[in-house]
Amino acid sequence: MADKPAEKTLIDIVTESDHVKDLKGPELTGEINVPRVEEGYAVTGNYAHVRPYPAKPDIMDSLGFPETIVDNWEEAAIKRLGELLEKYKSLQVYLDICVRCGSCTDKCQFYLGTGDPNNMPVARAELLRKIYKKYFTTEGKLFGRFAGARKLDLKVLSEWYAYFHQCSQCRRCSVFCPYGIDTAEISMAAREIMDAIGLGQKYTNMTIGKLLEVGNNLGMNEKALGATLESMEEDIEEEDGFPVKLPLDVEGADVLLVTPSADFFASPHVESLIGYAKVFHQAGISWTMSSLASEAGNFGMFIGNYTLMQKAATRIRNAIEQIKPKRLVVGECGHAWRIAYSFWNTLIGPFDSLDPNYPAPQHICELTLDLVKRGAIKLNKEANDEFTVTFHDSCNVARGTRMGTRPGGQFTIPRELIKASCNKYVEMDPATTMEKTFCCGSGGGLLTDEIMEVRVAGAMPRMQALHAVMESDGVNFMALICAICKASFTKIMPKYGVPMEVAGGVHQLVGRAIELGAKE
Amino acid sequence: MSGLTLVFGLFFYVSLAIFLGGFLGKIWQYASTPAPLKIPQTPAPVTAGGVGIRYLQEVFVFKSLFKGNKLLWVGGYLFHLGLLFVLVEHLRFIIVPTSSILNFLVAFDLYSGFVLLAALVFLFILRVAVDRHAYISLVNDYLLLLLLMGIAGTGLLSRFWSGGHIRAHIPAIKAFVGGLVTFHNIGAVPTNKLFLIHFSLVMLLLIYFPFSKLMHAGGIFFSPSRNQVDNPRERRWTTPWVKVRPTATLPRLEREAAAAPVQVAQAAPESTAEA
Repeated sequence: MADKPAEKTLIDIVTESDHVKDLKGPELTGEINVPRVEEGYAVTGNYAHVRPYPAKPDIMDSLGFPETIVDNWEEAAIKRLGELLEKYKSLQVYLDICVRCGSCTDKCQFYLGTGDPNNMPVARAELLRKIYKKYFTTEGKLFGRFAGARKLDLKVLSEWYAYFHQCSQCRRCSVFCPYGIDTAEISMAAREIMDAIGLGQKYTNMTIGKLLEVGNNLGMNEKALGATLESMEEDIEEEDGFPVKLPLDVEGADVLLVTPSADFFASPHVESLIGYAKVFHQAGISWTMSSLASEAGNFGMFIGNYTLMQKAATRIRNAIEQIKPKRLVVGECGHAWRIAYSFWNTLIGPFDSLDPNYPAPQHICELTLDLVKRGAIKLNKEANDEFTVTFHDSCNVARGTRMGTRPGGQFTIPRELIKASCNKYVEMDPATTMEKTFCCGSGGGLLTDEIMEVRVAGAMPRMQALHAVMESDGVNFMALICAICKASFTKIMPKYGVPMEVAGGVHQLVGRAIELGAKE
Repeated sequence: MSGLTLVFGLFFYVSLAIFLGGFLGKIWQYASTPAPLKIPQTPAPVTAGGVGIRYLQEVFVFKSLFKGNKLLWVGGYLFHLGLLFVLVEHLRFIIVPTSSILNFLVAFDLYSGFVLLAALVFLFILRVAVDRHAYISLVNDYLLLLLLMGIAGTGLLSRFWSGGHIRAHIPAIKAFVGGLVTFHNIGAVPTNKLFLIHFSLVMLLLIYFPFSKLMHAGGIFFSPSRNQVDNPRERRWTTPWVKVRPTATLPRLEREAAAAPVQVAQAAPESTAEA
């Protein structure tokens, strides 16, 4: 094949895509309508053409994956699936017990937004389940297609590549499933299988590579990071007149803050970083960030790769050993909080060296609200009077983590903190918040521009719910606690005719409201 | 023992063996497969007792399905409730003599049978009529509903149309089924055709059970998103296969590092030889 360059490689065939430029979202009415399954969709799917760029051979190699699709890829994929079935109870049970009741069919933001039936959670899972049935079950071997079994071929692989990258692993479907079947687990397994045969997604794998090589998703080295933080300190002092510090690599600091690297440069993310810094400054807490652990995010989760996820998390452990802090605190980031809260103790724990009086790790919202309640910092709500605020629960925080000691603290703690920072707060439709929250549409490794069509469509349910409260209550600020939510909404809101300034961080509000200076 | 009794007797034991062996094998598989990470679907209970309550709500009230789809909940709930009653009422074919509670319940068996059949028809209609449900339904989803309808239908029919009232046949059925279950004094298989069809369909269901989605009956208890306690910060969860923590570098750099010392070791003796 090498001497015929015109011929398409397997990668070309499987990742062939049709990218739409200058996309606009549908009209905002405040209503979320369930699309009908139209004739004809069943054959191809109307979003099958939207596929992300594949990872380049050098990236694949650096992560320990085959450079490109291997010759015996069918065999290799089945082998990897078999290994995963033996390692993950979730995958084994979820592939077996779905009864296709249909409860999840109208719950996914990607189905609601695209109308492509393969984006119904059960249909997405069937893409993998039919292969599982064919090669691993008696039912599938005996009854074939009647039992939904299918041979693994290029068509199936290209469907996997399209639709397992139209799932943001937000777990909304699992809330409505009688058995809690979590499509995130299935989509992680499918991506893991694709990586194992040499078919990776560029955005996610490149990001993991940068994180493992340099220490953060941006690939920002120690020097650049130090310089950025210094100039930010100058800006804060100029604006507010207080010497608020953004310390880096201070050994022996009480608090080690691990935050998504987007907080160092992106807007509106930096506003939240300034917010955290002001909280530490005013509460008089000695704190630091670490160049070794300059990233809370960990895209290893998105591709379901345990080893890479653990490697990436190990940087945090190394930073703890270097800084020797008493407390470990995590900044505003959804999937990072899931990994920190649910997985860090397993991946890089136990945290014996930390002060047992504080949860490890602790969310920045837990820390700040505690300071507010104890009177260690004062918030002036009037400072945010220009805003009518609502709160978007980030999917990973809402359905994969907790804050505080009680179930549901992940909902109440950020809300209490927002209400302590502003006078006007409005809830969105309860069918779209808390455990039923929608994803921003760009989570789980979808935050890449070539699949903008999917992202805009996936944001539709949240945009409709937001539009409703903008109309009814004049909401002009949607508070977020996730770096991906912030990045995605600032980009996608304008495509729906909503100004990007409507998206902001919870600690952006805190930072504006906090009273700096001498305490009474 | 007649040939027919032998055939149906064997049919029963083979079906039961496949069902029990298959079901327990699957449960063993679910129980022994590791769950490497904490993935409870939150908000989740923070104690084991809380998880127990979560399961009571899921198993007895179908709480999540209720959140998801009210029509499905009505159909699914009535079906399972009808099935539960019918199963309990069938104990009268095994237990001799029947208890008074059972006798009380049996008085309702006609109603539970009709509820069961009606719920199945309703679920079938949902699969056909709702566009999204029709899209995701496989042939075996319909076949299973038809099989269950067949079982419920023949069971109900035998109440009205089996050469008189079913009561006339109960002693013979008891002697046969009761004997099969207790392994002694197996009576001759009743030759009533409706009974034989009903009995055979039930055996088919038993055989199919462990190889199908019917495993949701045991599998639900092994769903990590529901059966895990939400306490990862308080109590460290471990991954069974991870014995040594990895380093925090790229696999490529690790490969290079692993290759490097070998070259150094080879180079060293050469340089001494030259010197």
